[in-house]
Amino acid sequence: MLPVAALLALMVLAPLVMLVWFALQADTAHWAHLASHVLPQALANTVLLLLGVGTLAALLGTGSAWLVTAYDFPGRRMLSWALLLPLAVPTYIVAYAYLDLLHPIGPVQTALRAVLGYDNPRQFRLPDLRSLQGAIFVLGFVLYPYVYLSTRVMFMSQAASLLEAARTLGATRGETFFRVVLPMARPAIAVGLSLALLETLNDIGASEFLGVQTLTVAVYTTWITRSDLGGAAQIALAMLIIVVGLILLERHGRKRQRFSGTQRMRPMQATHLHGGQAAAAFTLGALPVIIGFCAPAAYLVAETFKRLHLAGGVSAQLLAGLRNTLVVATAATVLTLLCGLAIAWAARTLRSGSGFDPARACARIAGLGYAVPGTVLAIGLLTPLLMIDRAWGFVTGHGGLFLMGSMTALVIAYAIRFLAISSGGIEAGLTRIPPSLEQASRLLGETAAGTLRRVHLPLLRPALAASALLVFVDAMKELPVTLLLRPMNFDTLATWLYADAARGSYEEGAVAALAIVAAGLLPVILLARTNLKMGR
Amino acid sequence: MTTLLALQKVLLAYDMPDGLHEVVRDFSLDLARGDIGCLLGASGCGKSTVLRAIAGFEPVRSGSISLDGVVISSPSRIVAPELRRVGMMFQDYALFPHLTVAQNVAFGLRRQDRATQQKRVAEMLELVALAEAGGSYPHELSGGQQQRVALARALAPAPDLLLLDEPFSNLDVDTREHLAFEVRDILRATEHTAILVTHNQAEAFAIADRIGIMSAGQIRQWDSPYNLHNHPQDDFVRDFIRREALTTQRAAAYERRP
Repeated sequence: MLPVAALLALMVLAPLVMLVWFALQADTAHWAHLASHVLPQALANTVLLLLGVGTLAALLGTGSAWLVTAYDFPGRRMLSWALLLPLAVPTYIVAYAYLDLLHPIGPVQTALRAVLGYDNPRQFRLPDLRSLQGAIFVLGFVLYPYVYLSTRVMFMSQAASLLEAARTLGATRGETFFRVVLPMARPAIAVGLSLALLETLNDIGASEFLGVQTLTVAVYTTWITRSDLGGAAQIALAMLIIVVGLILLERHGRKRQRFSGTQRMRPMQATHLHGGQAAAAFTLGALPVIIGFCAPAAYLVAETFKRLHLAGGVSAQLLAGLRNTLVVATAATVLTLLCGLAIAWAARTLRSGSGFDPARACARIAGLGYAVPGTVLAIGLLTPLLMIDRAWGFVTGHGGLFLMGSMTALVIAYAIRFLAISSGGIEAGLTRIPPSLEQASRLLGETAAGTLRRVHLPLLRPALAASALLVFVDAMKELPVTLLLRPMNFDTLATWLYADAARGSYEEGAVAALAIVAAGLLPVILLARTNLKMGR
Repeated sequence: MTTLLALQKVLLAYDMPDGLHEVVRDFSLDLARGDIGCLLGASGCGKSTVLRAIAGFEPVRSGSISLDGVVISSPSRIVAPELRRVGMMFQDYALFPHLTVAQNVAFGLRRQDRATQQKRVAEMLELVALAEAGGSYPHELSGGQQQRVALARALAPAPDLLLLDEPFSNLDVDTREHLAFEVRDILRATEHTAILVTHNQAEAFAIADRIGIMSAGQIRQWDSPYNLHNHPQDDFVRDFIRREALTTQRAAAYERRP
């Protein structure tokens, strides 16, 4: 299994190495142009966006997690899972929806003017959504659930005795939050925040729709519009540096998490709220759900309805897009699960007593794909894929592009990006299977492969199903990689929506978006069930 | 009687960043066919590691382990666990949670035809007095019943040697005593050779023909219960047996207290 794990680690590393090589090879004249014209602005925009989204997501996520943990009020249980719902809305879809919703002559501003007594957009209008602040607003409201989930799990496992001790030592409720709860939750916040920010960095749709020139958008335009691959690689390199910083933040948080919240202790008692206080708490908790999920989802449903009513059905192209999406996502899920299984299995069976473990190291490297923004991954994959195509052409004597021109490139890229989801899920499933089961099977005459088939795979079925669902939906939603690596005249739901929004035509985009959001709801339900134990 | 299992000057060790960490040193013993042997010692003395080495899960750094005259473990040769004809009962029973009791017992019988399998499973469940439980899942059974299923499963392929790792430690005191005798009777009736690992002296003396007193990775004396009691080889063995006996007596006296 070690060779397989090593191969997979290589598969993830190759694009990154190629990217660095590419960037260094490229013309220095490009670099001078980039450094003076493109990079400073894009870098500043990206950093500001990350800071803004980070602040908003941390506040919303931690605040809402504390609200539904420390206080009890009617609707609290519903809120505790509903707060995860915005996870179902990809960043490019929330931007797409709000551009229309908050348009000066859109429903929200029209209603506001009616309430305030104005009758003309020139007299009163909200600040333009097409701005950095607008991007921070929409991204913050769909990405806060990463912080909410990690801090909520943390708060639920926090010992009541610690809080009670703080109270007996004279701290007020507020002081307890800032002196005990928040410091203890800091690692969880770091983990959630790093995931939310990686997602921000990966985003291409929202930034572009809202006219914010981020690094991701710069990579895309430099490559596609200006056909300057070297320059795109150089910008991508700058993104990788930010990614490394975010990974370090996440690792740091996870390391610290291990030392707390592992023992099973009496969970803290929620304070009951009544009357006005309860209503205020519910409103406060419902706000992120309404802005991050309900409003855009309702908009998509209404638009879809209008469209279907008007056109009496969907176009053949959209159906083709749906079919493409399902085919690619299914293929990617199968490949990702197989790779994830190989990695998790290698990391488990080759555990040696000593400090350095090659299989574990390979698993670690292979798991890094999730952190690499889609645009960066796509540029890095270009050369290895072309090399394989050439080698294939040389061996078989057939010319042409075997990988690049087909869905295969897309499927491989998805597998690299989502490998961590499947290998992580399967590894967690494997650790729950005691090693004595494997030993018992071996002593009863079964081989290692037979043991995997007869003992581990049946026991892993829930973990495999959950991983498959998560990978499938993520592949379905994927935009940046798909935009850059798809074959000619090949659309998925996501690229269809992107093209629709880019044209400003707003025709069937809502239908595609609604399909993606509906699929995205499934993993959210799964997350809520496994992590938040909805019954409590 | 012929020797079935022989360990000769076995060294077991782990690789650590700072070098080889020896767990069991210079370990030798012989067990005759049909006998029940027992390794007795405090936790961490290496007795479970010896058992895992006999099963084939730990490599032997020097010395050898042979079964029925054939070397199954040595620094140059290690027979895969599934080819050793050694059965094992695990401390946590290791019953497959996704299989029924009957499927668990049949797990090691794959190379036989279905009818033979069914007959053997029924026989084994009969032996451990669980004939009715074949369709149940492990989690539906009590601890003592799960333990008996584990025994039936380990015995089903008719292994040459049965290994029992702390087989009674997960049970309450009453069930434990009762089952210890039951397991001994089953092993005697089926003429199985077995090695048991425990830290409970009463258990060891109740079941075993041969007992090895272990401390710090070494076997201090490998002998019959009678000889251990009456002719301890050194002060350590004498103290070990006396101290343990004393605690048992004290505990009994404490429980009898009005």
